[in-house]
Amino acid sequence: MGTVSDTFRVAIIGSGPAGMSAASRAAALGLSHVLIEKTDHLSDTIFKYQKGKHVMATPSQLILRSDQEFDAGKREDILEKWNSRTADLGINVKYEAEVKAIRGTGPAIPGSVQQIVKRNRDGTKDVKELQRHEGPYELELTNGEKLIADTVILAIGTQGNPNLMRCPGGDLPHVTYQLDDPTEVLDEHVIVVGVGDAGIENARGLAEDSAQGNVVSILNRKPKSTNVRESFANAKEPNAKALVEDDADGKLTIRYETEVKELEPGWATLSTRDGEEKIRCDRVIARIGSAPPRAFVENCGIAFTSEDRLAFPQLSPVFETTAPGIFVIGALAGYPLIKHCMNQGYDVVEFINGNTDLKPADEPLLAEKFAGLPKGRSVDEWLEHLRTSISILKDMSPLQMREFMLDSDVRSYAPGEVVFEKNAPGSSLFAIAEGLVHVRIDPNDASKVVPIEAGTIFGEVGLISGRRRGATIVAAEPTICVEISRNAALKLMSQVPPAKREIERISTERQLLQMFGSGLTSADIAEVVETAKIRTVPAGQAIIKEGEDGKNIFVIRVGSMVVEKEVGGKPVFLSYLPAGSYVGEMALIDGGQRTATVRAAIKSEVIEIDGEAFERVLAAKPALMDKARGEMDVRRRTNALIESKKDSFSGVVDLYSEQAKFLVSQGLGEATDVLLIDEKLCVGCDNCEKACADAHEGLSRLDREAGKSFAHLHVPTSCRHCEHPHCMADCPPNAIHRGPDGEVFIDDTCIGCGNCQRNCPYGVIRMDKVPPPKPSLLSWLFFGKGPGPGEPAAKWAKKNMPYNGDPAHDEALDRKKAIKCDMCAGIDGGPACVRACPTGAAIRVAPDEFLTVARLKSETEGA
Amino acid sequence: MASVPGLEPTETAATAEDTTTTDTPRSSRRRTRRNKVTSHDSFLSYANGRWWKIAGLLCLASLLAYIFVPLPAQHFGGTWLGYTLGTIGAGLIVWLTLLGVRKRAMTPGTWSLKAWTSAHVYLGLSLIVVATLHTGFDLGWNVHTLAWALMMIVIVSGMFGIWFYWTLPQALSENRYDEDGAVTEKQMIEQLRSLDRQIHDAAQPLSAEDAAVVEKSLEQDPFDGSIWNRVTARYPNCATRRAAGTLREARAFRPRVADDPLDRVDALLTRKEAMLARLRRHLRLKSLLQLWLYVHVPVTFALLAALSAHIVSVFFYW
Ligand SMILES: Cc1cc2nc3c(=O)[nH]c(=O)nc-3n(C[C@H](O)[C@H](O)[C@H](O)COP(=O)(O)OP(=O)(O)OC[C@H]3O[C@@H](n4cnc5c(N)ncnc54)[C@H](O)[C@@H]3O)c2cc1C
Ligand code: HEM
Ligand code: SF4
Ligand code: SF4
Ligand code: SF4
Repeated sequence: MGTVSDTFRVAIIGSGPAGMSAASRAAALGLSHVLIEKTDHLSDTIFKYQKGKHVMATPSQLILRSDQEFDAGKREDILEKWNSRTADLGINVKYEAEVKAIRGTGPAIPGSVQQIVKRNRDGTKDVKELQRHEGPYELELTNGEKLIADTVILAIGTQGNPNLMRCPGGDLPHVTYQLDDPTEVLDEHVIVVGVGDAGIENARGLAEDSAQGNVVSILNRKPKSTNVRESFANAKEPNAKALVEDDADGKLTIRYETEVKELEPGWATLSTRDGEEKIRCDRVIARIGSAPPRAFVENCGIAFTSEDRLAFPQLSPVFETTAPGIFVIGALAGYPLIKHCMNQGYDVVEFINGNTDLKPADEPLLAEKFAGLPKGRSVDEWLEHLRTSISILKDMSPLQMREFMLDSDVRSYAPGEVVFEKNAPGSSLFAIAEGLVHVRIDPNDASKVVPIEAGTIFGEVGLISGRRRGATIVAAEPTICVEISRNAALKLMSQVPPAKREIERISTERQLLQMFGSGLTSADIAEVVETAKIRTVPAGQAIIKEGEDGKNIFVIRVGSMVVEKEVGGKPVFLSYLPAGSYVGEMALIDGGQRTATVRAAIKSEVIEIDGEAFERVLAAKPALMDKARGEMDVRRRTNALIESKKDSFSGVVDLYSEQAKFLVSQGLGEATDVLLIDEKLCVGCDNCEKACADAHEGLSRLDREAGKSFAHLHVPTSCRHCEHPHCMADCPPNAIHRGPDGEVFIDDTCIGCGNCQRNCPYGVIRMDKVPPPKPSLLSWLFFGKGPGPGEPAAKWAKKNMPYNGDPAHDEALDRKKAIKCDMCAGIDGGPACVRACPTGAAIRVAPDEFLTVARLKSETEGA
Repeated sequence: MASVPGLEPTETAATAEDTTTTDTPRSSRRRTRRNKVTSHDSFLSYANGRWWKIAGLLCLASLLAYIFVPLPAQHFGGTWLGYTLGTIGAGLIVWLTLLGVRKRAMTPGTWSLKAWTSAHVYLGLSLIVVATLHTGFDLGWNVHTLAWALMMIVIVSGMFGIWFYWTLPQALSENRYDEDGAVTEKQMIEQLRSLDRQIHDAAQPLSAEDAAVVEKSLEQDPFDGSIWNRVTARYPNCATRRAAGTLREARAFRPRVADDPLDRVDALLTRKEAMLARLRRHLRLKSLLQLWLYVHVPVTFALLAALSAHIVSVFFYW
């Protein structure tokens, strides 16, 4: 029943940096336009940053091309500038207008049908077909109003919309999804649904002042537990603890194992463990997370590159989607940095306005990447050359190629030049554009090599398992290689499904060849590779069970496994298998049942190899058989040792077993290097923390006291240098890398957004500002100058911060950035925490070297 | 030395002698790569007792020299052997003092404080032999003997230190455990604060008199108390205990009713007592681990002064 008010040349949806910059260009060009914004202010994502946040303008080499200004600075100043410029340009902004649907009003486009796949909770899929229509487009707002526009620019970011209550009555007006001011709610019965940080903060805010007279209940689906980390898994611990305390004080009620069954005005029916219960309810605040905007976007006729959660919309070089006339820019298009967003806003309006000669603003950055290469090609020619000569890149669009190359590097190598060395850490993937490389298969004999030809890839094992390089690679001819960063490779795999399949096939084959060695060729294992399946194994699930029949072999591709055996009625830990090892060969070689259980220590991926196909390879290759037997014997001996010790040293074996389980539960299963403290030796001097702070700009990267302990082995809060670091997942400037010693570190481009802190499951990243430098140790020792060794007190740091009144300078000093352990990379002598421990309590270990049976052996023999 | 089961020395390719030092670099790129360790040893057993052996040899050599080297019949300290032992002793004392600097100067390089502590302990002990022999057992009431005596005090306090370092850490860590893992000192204090808030609220309905007693418990800072209180973990003036006692006594004289606010406060005070006890055990252990240093270090400085006086007087007045 809405009214159609106007027709615009361009409608821009979302007033973040991308949309706002687009609208500014449209206004400057005098195009008829409208900027539609859901909230009552510009740029909601940035509006919601914490107060006074220092916003970064990365990448610094990229020039800004926009009618709006943007430079690093305080959130308030930036928003202020944008607001006034928006007014000056006379941009037509429509606030508090949320677009709910976009429909083409022209004729149906023949053959243009969009398939929308919806995945259900039970794993089934529903496919909906959507016929696309030509523009002009009709934009329907949630208030029923409709607008008409020739072209649409979608710049809605990735924040999405809150998840809705699905129970009957969930659409009643007293069901809300946010709470602006808790002090305005008086004498109400409120139900808060969801025990994440947002829900907890709302509930506590409403109950804080009993004079307000609110009766607050907060619903938690999980059961009550003494460990708040279990019952409130999605909340920060202090928040959860404070909530539990409020509950104990009777300020509010936490209802465990409870969900809303039905809502009606004034009342709510809850389903609890003991049946249904009806309670009074004047207001529901649902804080149950938010859904990404994908469904909305797909319903506009815009196809995504794949079903992957990480996929972005398919775009042409001018940001046009599969729905002609609808463009996508900004974070939604896969460009999360403000500068990129603003540049795209400018560019897309220029394109729409018919300017086809415009070179993207990232052109100079790309030109620089290609500068070191022989043969003068233009940027576009290079991109095309790489795309056509490398098989995994051939399905990319020109726009994807640009973005891809921004995250990658291309280099030329002279014959004989080493690309990387065996055992060097590295998580990037290499693709050969021209030339030939050799893999050295014998470290002691440079003449034993296997060639890899142009067009294919190498280095994929590092990408997939995060482990060190398996062999040295040397250029055999003048060669040009693209080094694809881990992030770019993951994006590639999620956006270009054929690339993913190709990488998986090559990696399976290589992994098998490398593991079994013994002169095997790809032809020998063709059948094995063909029948191999890649399986994801959730943490804790067994791939092999003791006593079962089965002949298949499993190669661990990602993650790690633990091997257990039932001894005297109890599961005993036998060994730890890192990625790159295989299991299951015993039953194949010797026949019989599985002798032990193998389960995933963390979420892992295995290659399952058909036992019979592998048997044929073994039969044909006696050398391989010998090798396999040799390795099997080692495992046999381990098992025998543990079983024999079990009787005489039952206590020790149990402790060993329990300790291993504890360590795995503390993330050792995905760690590459972890700090442990022997609490029988630690005198609590905190010299480890002090040394860490003194070796790293005054901030300690470990919290010795915090963390868990078991049997006097303590895992402090400190980085595990995960194989597949969770912290890397969502870093807008891509500032987190794996360094040459395997350390995961954050570089100077960190913008302080806090995503890594939220993503690290071990809570080891802190956001802090760098304290001022301290007076020297000697002047402290002799004259008592400064705060002494270790991290200075916040008070001292504040007082001594060299502020000079210049806002730009002072803000830069106040800039908080993400701080985490870098394994003391680059510091001669290695980890300061370990070196500075006076008693030897602090050690850093690699799990595959630490979780070995040798520990048990020495214990029982020493005992 | 068995510490954590399984943390004992084991042989793997990666275990090298100096567990905390850099590997011989295989290529220049791997310069900072440290040894991976699968095992560790404490400062007492560091490097298979290297410093224990060296210190032992030093003592043995000094002793043999003292007994068998023929010397002119004069005051022993003035003989060449006496000078030698004196120089070694003085050098050692200065070097032992430098541990305080080493501990705090986080310079790069392949040193480890564990190795330093190991050497410190054993070489420090060897001074008992070296310096005592240097005196030629010629002790009296003078600055020379003062230096020797101060040194012995430092050494004996060091032995206490070792005793504490060896016996207390385990108790410290056990005291911090609970079912959720380790509780940090900060968390203990937070827990107390939050209990205090609950007690404060629960005490509102109490009579003015009772509330005043409870208030005392809230006012008392858990960190108050003398060194003696800390080290013994005995706090005779604990207001929380007194409040709990007073309330229980008061309740005994009152008729029993359901939902008595006194019961609630009593329960909270009991919880607070338990938590205080844990914090106090924690503080006691931490203080003991440091207390001996308050003898060890100041007396070291006195020793350095006396040693200087001893050396100056020897050269000028002997
Ligand atoms: C805490 C934090 C700190 C960050 N710090 C930095 C930094 O320092 N430097 C940097 O470069 N980047 C930073 N980023 C990233 C950057 O803020 C975002 O990537 C960027 O804002 C994305 O811009 P956008 O225009 O694509 O979308 P957004 O800024 O997300 O804007 C989308 C707009 O669309 C509106 N909208 C959504 N749906 C609808 C609809 N249906 N109808 C109408 N309007 C709608 C929203 O209300 C919003 O205003 C940070 C991100 C976070 C979360
Ligand atoms: C004359 C001989 C000695 C001198 C001058 C001396 C001096 C010192 C000094 C200056 C420190 C630094 C304290 C600090 O800064 O925290 C120290 C620490 C220490 N000393 Fe001694 N010491 C001597 C002998 C000994 C002996 C014999 C022992 C053991 C039996 C010993 C055990 C220790 C220990 C365990 C530490 C603490 C290490 C640490 O926690 O960092 N010392 N000593
Ligand atoms: S910061 Fe966290 S997620 Fe990242 S590597 Fe370290 S432990 Fe793993
Ligand atoms: S390895 Fe270095 S950076 Fe990491 S915790 Fe230890 S001292 Fe800090
Ligand atoms: S330096 Fe060693 S003894 Fe001191 S607190 Fe750290 S781990 Fe414990």
